[in-house]
Amino acid sequence: MIESGDRVPLLDVEHLTMRFGGLVAVNDLAFQASDREITAIIGPNGAGKTTVFNCLTGFYKPTVGRLTLRRDGTEFYLEQMDGFRIAREAGVARTFQNIRLFPRMSVLENLMVAQHNTLMRASGFSLAGLLGLPRYTRAEREALDLARFWLDRVNLTDRADWDAGNLPYGAQRRLEIARAMCTRPVLLCLDEPAAGLNARESYELNELLIDIRDRIGIGVLLIEHDMSVVMQISDHVIVLDYGRKISDGDPETVRNDPAVIRAYLGTEEEEELPEEVAEDLPPEMVRALRSFEDRPHEEDGH
Amino acid sequence: MSARAGSPDFPGILRDSGLVALVALFLAFPLVGFHTIDQGGGAGMGIETRFPWVVVAVAAAFVGRFLQLALLRTHAPVAVERSLSRLGEVFQRNTVWIAAAAITFAIVLPMLPFADRRLVDLATLVLTYVMLGWGLNIVVGLAGLLDLGYVAFYAVGAYSFALFALHFDFTFWMALPIAGLFAAAFGVLLGFPVLRLRGDYLAIVTLGFGEIIRIILLNWYPVTRGPNGISDIPRPSFFGLEFTRRPAEGEVAFHEFFGLEYSGLHRIVFLYYLILALALITNLFTLRIRRLPIGRAWEALREDEIACRTLGINPTNTKLSAFAIGAMFGGFAGSFFAARQGFVSPESFTFVESALILAVVVLGGMGSQVGVVIAAIILVGLPEWFRDLQEYRMLVFGGAMVAIMVWRPRGLIAHRDPTVRLGVPQRPEPSA
Amino acid sequence: MEYFLQQLINGLTLGAIYGLIAIGYTMVYGIIGMINFAHGEIYMIGAFISFIAFLVLGAIGVTWVPLALAIVLVVAMLFTSVYGWTVERLAYRPLRGSFRLAPLISAIGMSIFLQNYVQLLQGARVKPLQPIVTGGFVIMEGGGFSVYLSYLQIIIIVVTTVLMAMFWAILSRTSFGRAQRACQQDRTMAGLVGVNVDRTISLTFVAGAALAAVAGLMVTLHYGVIDFFIGFLAGLKAFTAAVLGGIGSLPGAMLGGVLIGLIEAFWSAYFDVEYKDVAAFGILILVLVFKPTGLLGRPEIEKV
Ligand SMILES: Nc1ncnc2c1ncn2[C@@H]1O[C@H](COP(=O)(O)OP(=O)(O)O)[C@@H](O)[C@H]1O
Ligand SMILES: [Mg+2]
Repeated sequence: MIESGDRVPLLDVEHLTMRFGGLVAVNDLAFQASDREITAIIGPNGAGKTTVFNCLTGFYKPTVGRLTLRRDGTEFYLEQMDGFRIAREAGVARTFQNIRLFPRMSVLENLMVAQHNTLMRASGFSLAGLLGLPRYTRAEREALDLARFWLDRVNLTDRADWDAGNLPYGAQRRLEIARAMCTRPVLLCLDEPAAGLNARESYELNELLIDIRDRIGIGVLLIEHDMSVVMQISDHVIVLDYGRKISDGDPETVRNDPAVIRAYLGTEEEEELPEEVAEDLPPEMVRALRSFEDRPHEEDGH
Repeated sequence: MSARAGSPDFPGILRDSGLVALVALFLAFPLVGFHTIDQGGGAGMGIETRFPWVVVAVAAAFVGRFLQLALLRTHAPVAVERSLSRLGEVFQRNTVWIAAAAITFAIVLPMLPFADRRLVDLATLVLTYVMLGWGLNIVVGLAGLLDLGYVAFYAVGAYSFALFALHFDFTFWMALPIAGLFAAAFGVLLGFPVLRLRGDYLAIVTLGFGEIIRIILLNWYPVTRGPNGISDIPRPSFFGLEFTRRPAEGEVAFHEFFGLEYSGLHRIVFLYYLILALALITNLFTLRIRRLPIGRAWEALREDEIACRTLGINPTNTKLSAFAIGAMFGGFAGSFFAARQGFVSPESFTFVESALILAVVVLGGMGSQVGVVIAAIILVGLPEWFRDLQEYRMLVFGGAMVAIMVWRPRGLIAHRDPTVRLGVPQRPEPSA
Repeated sequence: MEYFLQQLINGLTLGAIYGLIAIGYTMVYGIIGMINFAHGEIYMIGAFISFIAFLVLGAIGVTWVPLALAIVLVVAMLFTSVYGWTVERLAYRPLRGSFRLAPLISAIGMSIFLQNYVQLLQGARVKPLQPIVTGGFVIMEGGGFSVYLSYLQIIIIVVTTVLMAMFWAILSRTSFGRAQRACQQDRTMAGLVGVNVDRTISLTFVAGAALAAVAGLMVTLHYGVIDFFIGFLAGLKAFTAAVLGGIGSLPGAMLGGVLIGLIEAFWSAYFDVEYKDVAAFGILILVLVFKPTGLLGRPEIEKV
């Protein structure tokens, strides 16, 4: 486990367990995430990654667990808070595995909605807004500036007035991240942001995430399947399998952890590593896997 | 059913039309083919046949389906569709002009030569529904909450005024804000527990609430006087000037103050301007609030509630505000209704009324302010003007609701304009 | 005690009828996830067709009651099913995959349309029918009150029970039932593995309408009067029954129907009759607010 010594982690997850009936989707999970770091959560499909996000953002109430988020010296216990308060007070923002924009509102409006709470306060719960008082006009201008900043950053400025639903897929993904950032979060949770992106878009996404980490300085939690992304940009990787944490550490450590390799390909793997898969994996991993494949072959006699 | 463009497949079309005619036969035979008649005098019910009607219905179904498949299927709907969306855009682009023209027309209407008592009365009625439609549009069109009990708030408004006038001698102008507040309070009361429900459950619960209010009005004799209703509700005055021939001691009547000949038309015209003003206030309010954070949050909730929560929007409070504000305008309209009629009874607040208001909103295009006006004129104005059509009004608007949903689920005017624009010129899409 | 027993019998009779209508709501909800708001109207049409069929049979001289009942039952189920089928075909099928509230609005339109259609064709006045099944017997006496069980109540309870059992068997034994359950779980998947989804949905509407027609027939016999507006209230109460039992659950619909029938009977007996509909709506609101899954329903999973 990596610990940056005296630094208190931004997010502290302890004993997180989520049961659905008999199914234990997340099992006694513990991990930490810090600001100015990208923490990747990886694992096979159904490992419980999205469920962790859902617990963090208040969509599910965890069966057991303590989720502590520290912001400006205050501790928020996320497991006790409503989803909207988590976003508003604790400053956790997220995107979804299946994009959830406001499709019949414009791109710019999507970003304005994200600043609802700031604007709402400035509009004096609509009274000042209805009367057009200067304090609201000012706040709205500031909100537009922030929206404009993120539009520029994700390259959507020229499509600001489009309906969000009419954007191409990759642009929708970027808009969802921009929208989350417009809430001025301290922790950004991204659920498979690179899914369905082409190589170039994926590269731009990496740049964006690094930028968010280094320049905005917030913590990023990243669920990702694309190993090249994970290996390149994350500072810290957590591997889930069947709801349990099976590995935790920097990318290098995790990559060479036999438990991870087992989880990804299974011990009874009889087939050779398919070429399509190998292409996507870093060479070291392919080498590790290839050497691993020998063992089941030796046991063919059983 | 193959929908090939080119030359139609006639045997197929004939077979299909034949099937439709067969279904029509089954539908028409029992209910069209036989007619129950009350023989009176305790003789019980008799029955007579109307088989020619069945033949007509079956033939109509056959021919209708045939024409639909052979001709319309390919071209016409697309063309109509396109012209309607173009119409929507034209409306949006020239909103200011159209609105100005429409308002001017509305203002001069009572002064036009052909404006008789009947027309002004009718225009008042249409405007009442326009106002109700605009009010409900906040709830249904903007916030996406299907409210089937809107008439309950209309009733609360009307009865608040009636009761306050009865017991405390409130005038219309004193009662108006109270009626709105009461209706809003009822909105909150109902909304608080039920607004977390899924859309269609919410619809049914609001419907149930509307019925509960009506049943209470009907049966709570000591307060509401039951089915007899409350009469002698004071008429609104013009800044204290009454519209009566002989004002009470110490009062001045409208016609005396302005030195006019007394005319019953004054009050009619005044009521018309009153509802016009109320409706315009509703409209202005909606246009304005749509551009405020709360209005955007309503629309965002309509689009995706889960996403809203992750942006820190409190869904319950936001929905509640839409519900309460919509209810408030319903309450205003209700007290106007009471003032205009001088009489309220539970009969005026049935589910059909809720459905009519909903139809105005849905048909016009949910969220579209212009659409509401057009739909109110079509659904309320036309049938009222052509009295013979009254009987068919509900039939037609039930059918129209189905047709609109099937054909243009977003309503006649479906175009939506963003509430804020960046206005940066488009750059060509960089090649990926 | 006797009074109580009498209300129990009345409530069960009423509940059986609500249960029949509620099945239509629950099955349609189960399979396409919409509230078929026009279902109450289908029931009303069933009542009218039964009523007309009785008059026609009377006019052509079929007077033996069991035969007349059997014929009317079949005729009402047949013709009403066609209405159920047509409503789905015209008003709902084109809207699958449209936005969330579109089918509901369409259903409300359809409901208004059907009400006025019947009103225009058959007139707005209340239609009385001469009692067809008369008589009954006293099963208990005491305290100056006799508990009366009419033959009609027996017929209603027996026919309803038999039909529900048959229906249950159809759903659990036949290929239609299998297809129906498959579509309930996952329509797309069912379609991919070769279930004719459109046909299954159509059949669901047909079955729901047939049961509603039986309810319409029973009501015509029970109350002896009908009008074009009866579908609204009965529909809402049956919907309440379906929700109370757990929407999507067939046994839930029956249970809910019986409970609503009992509540209504006892409320009318011990409290204010005028407010008996308020009781029904109140229960609907309470159930939805506090236990939206109903008594036997399964929670809906919302995944993100
Ligand atoms: N609301 C729910 N109800 C029941 N099971 C669920 C629910 N949400 C997730 N699961 C189950 O939990 C497991 C983990 O799912 P998920 O977190 O989505 O996996 P991942 O995102 O890692 O692919 C899966 O088996 C999934 O079916
Ligand atoms: Mg996932």
